Amino acid sequence: MRDVAVVGFAQRQMAEFDGSPTCVELLVPLFAECYEQTGWTRRDIGFWCSGSSDYLAGRSFSFVQAVDAIGVIPPVNESHVEMDLAWAMYEAWLKIQTGEVDTALVYAFGKSSAGVLRRTLALQLDPYTMTPLWPDTVSLAGLQARAGIDAGVWDERAMAEVANRSLTDAEKNEYAIRKGGSSVEELLAKPMYADPLRKHDCAPVTDGAAALVLAAGDKARKVRDRPAWIGGISHYIDPMSMGTRDLTRAPSAARAAAAVDLDGVEVAELHAPFSHQELILRRELGLADDVRVNPSGGALTGNPMFSGGGIRVGEAAARIWSGETSKAVAHATSGPALQQNLLCVLGSTTEGTTN
Amino acid sequence: MTRTLSAPVTVAFDYTRSTGPVLGRFLTGLRDATVVGARTSDGTVVVPPPEYDPVTHEPVTDFVEVASTGTVTSWTWVPEPVKGQPFDRPFAWALVALDGADAPLLHALDVASPEQVSSGMRVQVRWAEERVGAITDIACFEPEGAEAAGVSTSSTTDAGSTTGDGVTGVITPVSLDYLYAASPEESAFYRGLNEGRIVGQRCPSCQKVYVPPRSACPSDGTPTAEEVEVSQTGTITTFCVVNVPFLGQKITPPYVSAYVLLDGADIAVLHLILGVPAEEVRMGMRVKAVWKPREEWTYSLENIDHFEPTGEPDADYESYRHHL
Repeated sequence: MRDVAVVGFAQRQMAEFDGSPTCVELLVPLFAECYEQTGWTRRDIGFWCSGSSDYLAGRSFSFVQAVDAIGVIPPVNESHVEMDLAWAMYEAWLKIQTGEVDTALVYAFGKSSAGVLRRTLALQLDPYTMTPLWPDTVSLAGLQARAGIDAGVWDERAMAEVANRSLTDAEKNEYAIRKGGSSVEELLAKPMYADPLRKHDCAPVTDGAAALVLAAGDKARKVRDRPAWIGGISHYIDPMSMGTRDLTRAPSAARAAAAVDLDGVEVAELHAPFSHQELILRRELGLADDVRVNPSGGALTGNPMFSGGGIRVGEAAARIWSGETSKAVAHATSGPALQQNLLCVLGSTTEGTTN
Repeated sequence: MTRTLSAPVTVAFDYTRSTGPVLGRFLTGLRDATVVGARTSDGTVVVPPPEYDPVTHEPVTDFVEVASTGTVTSWTWVPEPVKGQPFDRPFAWALVALDGADAPLLHALDVASPEQVSSGMRVQVRWAEERVGAITDIACFEPEGAEAAGVSTSSTTDAGSTTGDGVTGVITPVSLDYLYAASPEESAFYRGLNEGRIVGQRCPSCQKVYVPPRSACPSDGTPTAEEVEVSQTGTITTFCVVNVPFLGQKITPPYVSAYVLLDGADIAVLHLILGVPAEEVRMGMRVKAVWKPREEWTYSLENIDHFEPTGEPDADYESYRHHL
């Protein structure tokens, strides 16, 4: 396998983007930041891949319009996934592994506020037995949270602890749109929203975009003193139905964890849009108590659709670059109630980059 | 003035899907006011039936009729329902293990407050009055013992009802509402049209003028900043004669749709050509914008009613061959 590292990262998060859902205007400065971080121009990028959804944009082929932000003369090698940035990164990593290219810039964007996000996402459910009822994202997470509370796997206090720690950490994250921790007691005193979820248990509706730069071998070493080497990527999927899986578990996350080497991980950036989902992920990944979880504040403090997962990769990579940590794991999710789970292990050395 | 113009947009489509034998059996059952699950290879009864066995991956064929009463295994409260949900007032979603089934079914539960629902409570199906073979044939669940508000099930499960034609397809209407914002550059374009002007933007790198303007030059990715008003006169670069009627057509065929390269612009706009017989329209023809009466103007390219010939000599092919 080729040694591939994350060497660039840029993001924007906001409650409401005052601009077109094509987000071209949002992407141009992100690409400029990536060029500045790497010293490259667009012609140094071997492969481009984006993640977005037309259902979010409310128009067809929005990803084609977004290509304007790249500039396509001479033509570029470009692809798209109807998934989060983390999956666009997965495709780019594979592309680099084929040997066809050495570098890639992957990006994602979404204006969640253009529609009713929790309703729009009902279109990712079973079209015969679920979508006609329009089960919204928050409700499906609520059913999962209740299942765990009833089973005694977690409680409201444990959920509030996740939220309070996230809001506290987000104070240091300039991109977080919800921040400011208080105390578990104060959070528990807040009213229920979608019982058993309080509003702070749910990621805020977030607009935004993000970009990651990948490079192989010496190209990565030229960009960073400490590139964030990808030690392994794995992705598994559970059945979509809410009735046929134990909602207190995420078997696909456990399988993804078994496929990579998590020994010695110091930092975990987990894409948990609902507080109880962090608790599920910690268990499925078998994270020790001393692993620092979501130092960025995580998805509970800002979760732009289609980049919220990839941002976890960028946040973890930035901590490798800075020397703050030597090994981290980034996680991205998709689908209802943690149906899909992707893990990306990042390290300061190329040791173990054989997955 | 806000930075961008925006307008409500609804995107709607009726998805027509075939059901196949398994979901068809399930939906046929609902139409006939019975709930049908399937026994999978591990012996459990799953509702709705999965099309393939999760362990053996064989098609599922062992259908089992289960009760329309059951037990809540999990629930959540919906304080602010969204369009299309079973209720437009607060309600609960519940996972309900129907008697005779092992896997719970997701549906709405009609209770007035979260205090009236709990895990373990007994509920029953409330059937929709009109049933068509869809998941919405179950109107919702309701606490067990509630007076049947819908049609009594016994009258519709008479012998013979399930031997009629089975459900083979569903039509699922999907409609999404957006507040669609134009980009700042597009907003400048539409504001210009509202004032009778056609505004583009010039790329600072390659000097190309885009009409309508874009947020970045698609050739080189440079943000476009300089606003340029272009001429209302231009050249037809290419065209087509529309002879075929289609849904939503506003003009009676035949008519001519053409790309008009406005003088000063580097990209053509698509518009209607009138004031000349269709067979006389040609590449290179010089045309000018004909605006609607001022009182009808809005933030739209439709402020220009059509383009018509200026009577000038045709443009040289060389003058527009790079814009085809």
